[in-house]
Amino acid sequence: MSYSITEPTARVKWLAGGLVVAYALITLVPLLWIIATGFKSGADSIAYPPKVLFEPSLEGYVNLFTDRTRATPEMLEAAGPPQNWVEQVARDQGQVIAGPSRFGERFLNSVIIGFGSTALCMILGTAAAYAFSRFRVPLKDDLMFFILSTRMMPPIAVAIPIFLMFRQLGLSDTHLGMILLYTAVNLSLSVWLLKGFIDEIPVEYEEAALIDGYTRFQAFYKVVLPQAATGIASTAIFCLIFAWNEYAFAVLLTSGNAQTAPPFIPTIIGVGGKDWPAVAAGATLFLLPVMVFTILLRKHLLRGITFGALRK
Amino acid sequence: MAEVTLQNVSRHYGSTAALDGVSLTVPDGAFVVLLGPTGAGKTSCLRMVAGLDRPDQGRVLIGGQDVTEASPAARNVAMVFQQYSLYAHLTVRQNLEFSLKAPGLKLGAAEITARVSRVAEVLQISHKLNNRATQLSGGEMQRVSIGRALVRDPAIYLMDEPLSSLDAKLRADLRIELKAIQAQSGATLLYVTHDQIEAMTMATHVGILDHGRLVQFGPPREIYEAPVSLYAASRLGQPRINLLPAALFPGAPARAKTIGLRPEQIFQGEGEEGQVQRVEHLGDQTRLHLSYRGESLITVTDAHSPLRAGDSLRIRPQNPFYFDADGARII
Repeated sequence: MSYSITEPTARVKWLAGGLVVAYALITLVPLLWIIATGFKSGADSIAYPPKVLFEPSLEGYVNLFTDRTRATPEMLEAAGPPQNWVEQVARDQGQVIAGPSRFGERFLNSVIIGFGSTALCMILGTAAAYAFSRFRVPLKDDLMFFILSTRMMPPIAVAIPIFLMFRQLGLSDTHLGMILLYTAVNLSLSVWLLKGFIDEIPVEYEEAALIDGYTRFQAFYKVVLPQAATGIASTAIFCLIFAWNEYAFAVLLTSGNAQTAPPFIPTIIGVGGKDWPAVAAGATLFLLPVMVFTILLRKHLLRGITFGALRK
Repeated sequence: MAEVTLQNVSRHYGSTAALDGVSLTVPDGAFVVLLGPTGAGKTSCLRMVAGLDRPDQGRVLIGGQDVTEASPAARNVAMVFQQYSLYAHLTVRQNLEFSLKAPGLKLGAAEITARVSRVAEVLQISHKLNNRATQLSGGEMQRVSIGRALVRDPAIYLMDEPLSSLDAKLRADLRIELKAIQAQSGATLLYVTHDQIEAMTMATHVGILDHGRLVQFGPPREIYEAPVSLYAASRLGQPRINLLPAALFPGAPARAKTIGLRPEQIFQGEGEEGQVQRVEHLGDQTRLHLSYRGESLITVTDAHSPLRAGDSLRIRPQNPFYFDADGARII
C-alpha cells in the first residue's frame, strides 16, 4: 500500500469533511434562524414548538422601516382603504403608519463610519507600515512595541477619558469623531499586520524601479502597493468587522445624529411589544455589507494566507 | 554608453568597511568583471554606481559628470539583480516595458513595442510576452530580468551575478549571448560574479576585490599570468592554484614563504617523485591528485593518461609564483 504524507486517506477525508459540516451547522443554524425569523409573522416568531415551516410575511421588514401607532377598528375605518401593500401589512396588525423609522438613517451612519474608518486606517496603516519596514527609524522596535501596547487593554477601559475629550472637542455624536475613534483603535493591529506583508516584498523590487527611472513614491505606488494588495485586503476586513460591530462606544458617544445600527437595533424591541421579526430583519440587513465585502475580497484573503509560500 | 569612474570611494556599515578607498575606471565599451568572495565589496561597488547607496567618501562619475549625489533615476543606469527583479504582478511584456514607461522618458508606444520585441527575440522569450512573470521557469525569469536591462539605452549595465541561479547549460548559452550582445552594441558593463569561467570568457578587464579594497585591475590574462598577490592568484584558475611551502622545492628566493603552482606550472616527468592519490577523468582533461613530500596538490594531465592511483610521477616547478610572508608576489 502506498502512503503519502500530503494526500490524506479516505477515512481521514471523511472525518475532516464531517467536522467541517458539523462546524458549519453550529455556526450557520443561528444565522439561518435569524434570516427566517425576519420573514415570520409576529405570532409565528414566538410560536411554541418553534415553527420551521411557516407562511412568509414581510411584517418584520415593514415594521423595521416604519413607525406605527395602534388603531381602534373605528379609526381604521375612518382612515379609508390602505394606499399600498406596506400600509396593508400594518393594517393587518391593527396599526396605522405614522412615518418612516430611523433605521435607514442609522444603517447609513454605520456604512459611513465603518467604511470611512477602514479607509482611513488603511491609508495611515500602509504608510506607517511601509516606513517601519523600509526606513531606518530610530527606536524602531520600541515604537512597534508601543504601538502594539495600545491594544493590550480593552478599548472601553479608556471610555471615560475619551468621552470627556470628545465633549471638549465637539466630537461627541459626530461621524468624524466615530471615524477617528475606530481608526485609532484599529491602527495598531493594522500597522503590525501590514508591516508583516510589506516585509515579505523584497526591497530589490523597489530598487529596480528606482533604477528604472521612478521616484520613491512612484515605486511605492506602482510596485509595492499592487503586491501588498492581498495584505491590505485582509487587514481591511479585520478593521471593517471591528468598526461595523462595535457597540459599547457607539452607545456611549452617539445618540441622535451619528448613532450606528448596533445600538439602534435593540431599541426596536421596545416599539409595539416584542417585535422579533423586525429585530431579525434589522440583523439580517446589518449582516449583508460585511458579508458582501468579505466575499468580494475572498480571492485576496485566500492569497493572503498563502502569501510568501509561492515565492522561493 | 559612457565611461564610469569611482574615485577613492569608501563606505562603512557600522565598523566594517564595505568599500575602502576604491578607485576604478570602467572604460567606455569595456566589460569589467569584479571578482572576490562574499563580502569583498563587489555588490557594494554596483550599488554605488547605481545610486542605491551613497559613499561616505569619494566620488562617482558617469561620462565625466559627478553623480555622487544624484538619485538612481537621474543616473541612467540599468541593473540586473541576482534575484527577485521581476514584478510578479505584471506580465512579461509589462515587465520589459516598465522602465521605458518611466515618467520623464516620454517614448512613443510604437518605439516601446519595437524595443520590447527586439529584446524578446534576442533572448528567445517572444512567445512568453503575455505570460505572467510568475509562470516562467527560473531560466526564463532570469532572461526576462536581463531583458529588462537590455531594452534601455543606459550609460552602463550593472549585473550582479545574473547567471548564478541558472543551470550549467543555460549559463553557458547566456554567457555567449551576453558577450555577443556586448561586442555587437559596444555596451559598457560592470559585472559581478563568483564564476571564474564567466570572468575569463567575457571580461575585457577584471577587478579583484579584497575586504573592500581593489587589489588588482587589468585584462583577465594579465591577472591570471601576473597576479600581484597570493590572494589575486587564487581568484582565478581551475583547478585552483596549489599553494605550498616555498622550501618544498629547490631554488626559492630567500624571502619566499609560499610557492604558487598552477597546473601548467608543474612540469611532469622530471624532478622528484610524487605519488598519484586519485585520478579524475573529466573527458577533455584528467585531474591528478598528487602527494608530494607530505603535501597534496592537484594538477592536470593528458585526457587519455594511463596513470592510476598508486603510480609515481616526477614533478618540478616551471616558472612558479613566489609569495612573501604578507602574501605579496616576489618578482
